[in-house]
Amino acid sequence: MTPELGQLALILALLLALAQGILPLLGAWRGNRALMAVARPAAAGQAVFVAMAFGILVWAFVRFDFSVQYVADNSNLALPWYYRIAAVWGAHEGSLLLWIFILNVWTVALAAFSQKLPEVFASRVLAVMGLIAVGFLAFIIFTSNPFGRLLPMPGDGADLNPVLQDPGMTFHPPVLYTGYVGFSVAFAFAIAGLLGGELEQAWVRWARPWTNIAWAFLTCGIVAGSWWAYAELGWGGWWFWDPVENASFMPWLVGLGLIHAQAITEKRGSLRAWTILLSIFAFSLSLLGTFLVRSGVLTSVHAFASDPRRGIFILAFLTIVVGGSLLLYALRAPKVAGGKPFKVVSRETVLLIGNLMFAVAAAMVLLGTLFPLIGDALNLGRVSVGPPYFGFLFPLLMLPAVLLLPFGPFLRWGKGDTPALKQVLLRAGIAAAACAIVAAFFVDGQLKAIAGVASLVWLSVGVLLYAIKRWREVPRGRRYPAEMAGMLLAHLGVGVFVAGVLLSESLSVTSDVRMAPGQTQHIGGYDFLFQGAHRTTGPNWRADQGVITVTRDSKAVAVMHPQKRTYLRGQVQTESAVDAGIFRDLYVALGEPMDANDIEGAWSLRLYYKPFIRWIWGGGLLMMLGGFVCAGDKRFRIKRAAKTETAAAGLQVEETHA
Amino acid sequence: MNRLLPFFGFMLLVLLFGFGIWWNTQHDQNAIPSPLLDKPAPSFNLPKLYEPTQTVSKADLLGQPYLLNVFASWCVECGVEHPVLEAEGPTLGVQLVGYNYKDAPADAKRWLAEHGNPYNLLISDEPGNTAIDFGVYGAPESFLIDARGVIRYKHIGPLTPDVVAKELKPAIAAMAHEGQP
Repeated sequence: MTPELGQLALILALLLALAQGILPLLGAWRGNRALMAVARPAAAGQAVFVAMAFGILVWAFVRFDFSVQYVADNSNLALPWYYRIAAVWGAHEGSLLLWIFILNVWTVALAAFSQKLPEVFASRVLAVMGLIAVGFLAFIIFTSNPFGRLLPMPGDGADLNPVLQDPGMTFHPPVLYTGYVGFSVAFAFAIAGLLGGELEQAWVRWARPWTNIAWAFLTCGIVAGSWWAYAELGWGGWWFWDPVENASFMPWLVGLGLIHAQAITEKRGSLRAWTILLSIFAFSLSLLGTFLVRSGVLTSVHAFASDPRRGIFILAFLTIVVGGSLLLYALRAPKVAGGKPFKVVSRETVLLIGNLMFAVAAAMVLLGTLFPLIGDALNLGRVSVGPPYFGFLFPLLMLPAVLLLPFGPFLRWGKGDTPALKQVLLRAGIAAAACAIVAAFFVDGQLKAIAGVASLVWLSVGVLLYAIKRWREVPRGRRYPAEMAGMLLAHLGVGVFVAGVLLSESLSVTSDVRMAPGQTQHIGGYDFLFQGAHRTTGPNWRADQGVITVTRDSKAVAVMHPQKRTYLRGQVQTESAVDAGIFRDLYVALGEPMDANDIEGAWSLRLYYKPFIRWIWGGGLLMMLGGFVCAGDKRFRIKRAAKTETAAAGLQVEETHA
Repeated sequence: MNRLLPFFGFMLLVLLFGFGIWWNTQHDQNAIPSPLLDKPAPSFNLPKLYEPTQTVSKADLLGQPYLLNVFASWCVECGVEHPVLEAEGPTLGVQLVGYNYKDAPADAKRWLAEHGNPYNLLISDEPGNTAIDFGVYGAPESFLIDARGVIRYKHIGPLTPDVVAKELKPAIAAMAHEGQP
């Protein structure tokens, strides 16, 4: 009976979402306060019913209710409870339920923290959120019901995809979705701004913390996904440019542009149309990502039971949401380029170049991701572009952004003073060049590694110089407001990330070897001694487990246990062993036994020495932290106080931050 | 006009996606071209499920066409497929060989006792090694193999009445037709 209640809850949520999406819009249009007042209670009610549906599905997994098809397909009696909960979002139907659940969390937060916004504006924002929810709830109810029954009820279920049975993967989707879905808030603000028209500059300020938080969550989700791919897939890679990864990376890039564009629009009033467009694009690309991953358009080989109705539904939804908002943009976007003028050498110019690069990079990723589809359309056969395409173009596009980054904070709005720039160029440039020369001796002259050291020094010295400048010139207490501290942290993160990528890619050592027990391999200054393999078991798997003792100069470093797991339902999964360190990772993946009947004998093994690879995720986490810190700036909170204060406060802010 | 550009760009994308969906419906996704199609089936030698001491090899089955149906007691979809096999099996005109995949024989027997046994012959591949030669994705999966031991048709996923009527039976008919000179 309970699963049917879940479905009922979804239907009730859909009805409330309809009320939330339509009535406040009408109210805002006709000036009817009673209709506008519907928005908050409807949002709260919808959230309650969606949470109920979500809870019921979790309960069905916890209780092994295999009469629910989705539960039977994705769990079994031996699956530990934490993976049974993670199994809720382990496949299509549940992922969508998670999506809508997170949308409701954002909506409720928005309803709670928008009390001080002008009533008309807040009700428009909430209505847009309601309309998005309508689309997704209808999608779940009509094409992807997670509560469908399987009768007769089987005694046991299948299994959660073993690839997903990893701690990293349990929290990766919720975090990633929180980021994806979070862009809906910036989108709703932009649409409400377009509909209203009168508050062009104010809404950007209100939207900023939301955009920052969403982007920070997306960063965290991508970092977790990358770390998971590294730890779980056994290839030692951390990014593969596959469609699913690209689907999350495109909104990230556009979101990055949006964060910076919002800063310009909020403080200077310029680039309004561009900011609106980016707000629409960031969320559209989130929807597009969902479409690409869920419709089976790209990954048709893996889309086992992909239902063409689903693809058509999402496409129709996408057309209405994105097409509709772009039409609205065409009709209502500010016609005249507003805002204060700026010179060629100014903070605006630098931010604009960065923005352009992010947007072009996102377009480049989109093109590469869709290339197989374009190939079909032009009858070229199944062609796809892989890492060579992305790996060449992406660094090329990011190079200007990295080179200009240290100058950004030093430049003033409107017009910058060139002498200050020369000073930065000189100091950071000399430091970077000096470190690069020293580094050249340590890395055997590998250009990529030298570039890694140089860019780290270039970016971090740039950040440091600005931090020192603030320290000297600004009185205590006002030196590092959260917005600025966040910016510095994130920019430092870029340096750490770039260094991690370049150093680990150029200095890694990989070795595919056949090793008999007792044999030693010497890699990157470490000795890997293979001590043989044995059988072991876990809650729902059995595995062959190798034992490798790592020593350096005869001193013990680590004992590593790579596994080759066979799950209950026969799926085989490699569990790599990683010995992590700040400056290097040691990584061992178990291949195949040389003789399938003698697992005690020789095995093929893949051994890696990966210096600085942690810096990649460390840099990502710094960027995430920067996003969160920025969003916490008091300025954003004060601004919400009341409509009349914003204009005056805005002027004051421009003075302090100029 | 400039402000309409993003809209038109997006419409281009929509067209592309619409095409993608259409293309996918035209090209059946389950019809992953098996490299084994119209090739001799891999040779195998597997124990019978009910008499594990006796084995059945590919050579033993030459001379008569048969449908090799990969199933397992743990496989949920197999439970969906089973009634179809029970109903349609006798009308196919070929032997129905059950290929018990990665399953404990005791579980398989219990499952068959409970759901009924539509198979003319049952073989057991508990370690799942031979299934790799067949390129089995997962259960259920079915291979139509002709009298000369050549794979003529393959279906991934459960056989539904629709699949049986529209794909499997025509494939059997084509095979029988060709057998008469």
